[in-house]
Amino acid sequence: MSQFVIPNRIFDPAAECMPRADRTKLQATHLRRTIEQAQKIPFYRRKFAEKNISPDSVKTVADLKRLPFTTKQDLRDAYPFGFFAVPRGELARIHASSGTTGKPTFVGYTKKDMKLWADLCARFLVAGGLTSDQLVQVSFGYGLFTGGFGLHGGIERVGAAVLPASSGNTQRQIMLLKDAGINTLICTPSYALNLAETIQGQGLKKGDLALRFAHFGGEPWTEEMRCAIEEELGIHAFNNYGLSEIIGPGVAGECAARTGMHIQEDNFLVECLNPNTLEPVAEGEEGELVITSLTKEACPIIRYRTRDLARLYYDQCPCGRTTIRMSRVKGRSDDMMIIRGVNVFPTQIEEALLRVDGTAPHFMIELTRPGNLDEAVVKVEIREQDFSDKMEEMHRLRDRIGREISSITGIHFTIELVEPNTLERFTGKAKRVLDLRNLKC
Amino acid sequence: MMIKQLSLFVENRPGALSAVCQVLKNNRINIRTLSLADTQQFGILRLLVKEYEKAKEALEAAGLVVKVTDVLALTVPDHPGGLADILTIFDKHKLSVEYMYAFTFGREDKSVMVFRFEHPEQAVELLKNEPIELVNSADLFR
Repeated sequence: MSQFVIPNRIFDPAAECMPRADRTKLQATHLRRTIEQAQKIPFYRRKFAEKNISPDSVKTVADLKRLPFTTKQDLRDAYPFGFFAVPRGELARIHASSGTTGKPTFVGYTKKDMKLWADLCARFLVAGGLTSDQLVQVSFGYGLFTGGFGLHGGIERVGAAVLPASSGNTQRQIMLLKDAGINTLICTPSYALNLAETIQGQGLKKGDLALRFAHFGGEPWTEEMRCAIEEELGIHAFNNYGLSEIIGPGVAGECAARTGMHIQEDNFLVECLNPNTLEPVAEGEEGELVITSLTKEACPIIRYRTRDLARLYYDQCPCGRTTIRMSRVKGRSDDMMIIRGVNVFPTQIEEALLRVDGTAPHFMIELTRPGNLDEAVVKVEIREQDFSDKMEEMHRLRDRIGREISSITGIHFTIELVEPNTLERFTGKAKRVLDLRNLKC
Repeated sequence: MMIKQLSLFVENRPGALSAVCQVLKNNRINIRTLSLADTQQFGILRLLVKEYEKAKEALEAAGLVVKVTDVLALTVPDHPGGLADILTIFDKHKLSVEYMYAFTFGREDKSVMVFRFEHPEQAVELLKNEPIELVNSADLFR
């Protein structure tokens, strides 16, 4: 049996299979340029001055450890465009990711960034079986979220045809898959499971679909889920990784050997650090991924703390690519939740509750996955000032909480009003999330 | 004329209601009548007890959310059309009933019902010249 699940194809062999020593030199050059570009951002100008960093002081990639970290909070503090290094006129696209409270975090792309982004997505798409004669259905939301438009650009770059179905309406998605004879599906893995189940429920057979490949991202998933999806839909499913703050999808992706996700090292420097000490973990151990962009113009980013926990693999992959690889994301080093592919922070729920009534009551978020899709419940303790003897007013309160949460997070939460002092209390940092979805890898 | 009613928030789960009754039992408080408005997830329990202040204190000490609401108690003739005639009078005065429930005991050929209006004082004023008998708390809890 071949060591590859599908034919082994490489989109950009010169970049992806570059000898490691050459790449390390290239990275150092890119890093200096990135420092230069980052100096146009007040935050970095200040940080570099404090640490006495100039482009010339960065000789090798090892100098990375002298550079300052960037956190989500830093991006948020610079809302809306404080982390943009180019004038507005040079922007070609703006996307946004969910912030930790009501405001999103914007990311910008120049024309050159857009080309880079499409190339990076093309790399993992080709690695996972995409060829120019295929028809691809993108069932990620098209909008501020980087998933939809990012993959769209990559598919076009490969020369395949895109069917931009966007998210939602499962029956319609299945109709399109079947009637258009779609070969490749792009969505979140949990949505794919849901599609698979609905397809089986309709009595459709694997052979009724032309579907052969799928590329999943946007949320953590497990090897068990991969087996289930591949079996039920008769396809090969590939994992990819990215985040808006860095570029969106395209940071890393699996190849036909499926030995982890190849990191696009000519464009990103990825460190794996202990989230408490911020020192590198031993090779192959789990740590927080910290990413530096090397080639971005509009939003260069230095040592971004992704809060994603994963492992890095340095050995050579049989596919011929020389890049290091990352494991699946095993968890988070903060309290961010990923619900139906959308990033949500408990602080956003708190913000919504504050909008309803000046002070936030005690609350708890409960996540379950009864079928294949996430269910999100917010339990809110009723206080005397919230309580009305009239049922109509209690319903109005509940609906208003639901609306505020949905307007901040972009997703629907079921609101349950509960008696006071019935939710668990914590000493120290409040633990607001009870995740019962069982997604441990 | 006003009757003080206790309104409680209770979750719709096993044991929620019995916890409330247990508190009243431990404090030797008798429930004269009650009503429960429920939804799939929670309910509003309305209670009439003689020592409402003591009951409120005990229930709050047990961690419950309690509100005191003014309601009116009316006698309703216990024959066909008894309630219909009373509601016709309410309609005449454009008084809308937010909710109502009945007492578990009657008074000879009349039953007693509890009515919640949005503006209870105004309701008393509008109804004072009508053939309607309001029951005061001394009578109710005697």
